[in-house]
Amino acid sequence: MDRLFDVVAIFSLVLIVWVLSSVRRAHIRVEYSVSWLLAGAVLLILARWRTLDDWMAAALGISDSFIALAMIAGAAFLVVLYRLSLRISGLKDSSITLAQQVAILEFRLDALSEKKKL
Amino acid sequence: MTLAVNQAGNQSAKRLLVLIPAFNEEGAVAGVVAEVRSAVPGAPVLVVDDCSGDATRSQARGAGAMVLALPHHLGLGGCVQAGYRLAYELGYDYVIRVDGDGQHDPRDISTVLAALEKGDCEMVIGSRFMDDNGAHTSFVRAAGIMFFRAVLRPILGRPVRDPTSGYVGVNRTALELFSATFPLEYPEIEALVVLQRKRFRFVEVPCRFRPRRSGRSTITAVKSLYYIIHVLLGVFVNVLKFEGRRK
Repeated sequence: MDRLFDVVAIFSLVLIVWVLSSVRRAHIRVEYSVSWLLAGAVLLILARWRTLDDWMAAALGISDSFIALAMIAGAAFLVVLYRLSLRISGLKDSSITLAQQVAILEFRLDALSEKKKL
Repeated sequence: MTLAVNQAGNQSAKRLLVLIPAFNEEGAVAGVVAEVRSAVPGAPVLVVDDCSGDATRSQARGAGAMVLALPHHLGLGGCVQAGYRLAYELGYDYVIRVDGDGQHDPRDISTVLAALEKGDCEMVIGSRFMDDNGAHTSFVRAAGIMFFRAVLRPILGRPVRDPTSGYVGVNRTALELFSATFPLEYPEIEALVVLQRKRFRFVEVPCRFRPRRSGRSTITAVKSLYYIIHVLLGVFVNVLKFEGRRK
């Protein structure tokens, strides 16, 4: 069981280092890295602080503290993914509006150019 | 017909705009534009090119249409809405949408326009099922249409024969609404619910449909299930926003 907690701790560390490295290389914007860093940090704390896991497992009515940790981790990543979906939806809407407006402006510019030629 | 001539055209010509959304329709779009111009001489024709990778744009221009060229692919709803937005900004009173694949017979534009001009509805749907008018529909599509007829019946409070028809005319009131709010993927069915939400009315008129001249439908057999789930979700999301039914 301890090994599983160690694997989760290593996974959290890799995630944190990976996200920080992506931020440094400007592959990911700082505001989007926060959710991932937070999720990684929470996972790392839970993987190392067994008393907290035991307390959470008792609170959730689960006998196995690792399952409690897995549930919390799953929930945290679902929240992060949902936030990203919200963000992507907003960006898609903006992108569509922008594309439509660019096309309409180009159309109007072409019309003006043709009018000038005549 | 050049853009400048279209825009400087007389007022009566400006009232109706024929909108043709097109994506990779180089094989059909020129013929459709020519047919539309022959069916409604003097009415401007706007092809909205959804960032085609082929010669759709030049073919449409060559046939005498104005072209609204989207900078990237938006899908059918975004493409149609771009046309509605431009038409609204340019002050058109009626916009009739004809598909760029040649399935809609432009000779029926006058029927759709006449129904719009009566003024007792905001949207007119060209239906392939009202008369025996040559409906070319696959089994899967026909089953989908029957399913959505049943879904929409209680929502709209009245039957709709051809809820997936893209042969649609709108007046300026609906144009204003659709310029602001329009379903982005597979828009036909959801647009009916959007209209109903605003207590707008629609009528169906018989129109002739033909097999597509080139290209493939955006709704393939594989995508059918996704289509049904997507549209159902869109319909029910719109129902949740319901603002009442027109008596």
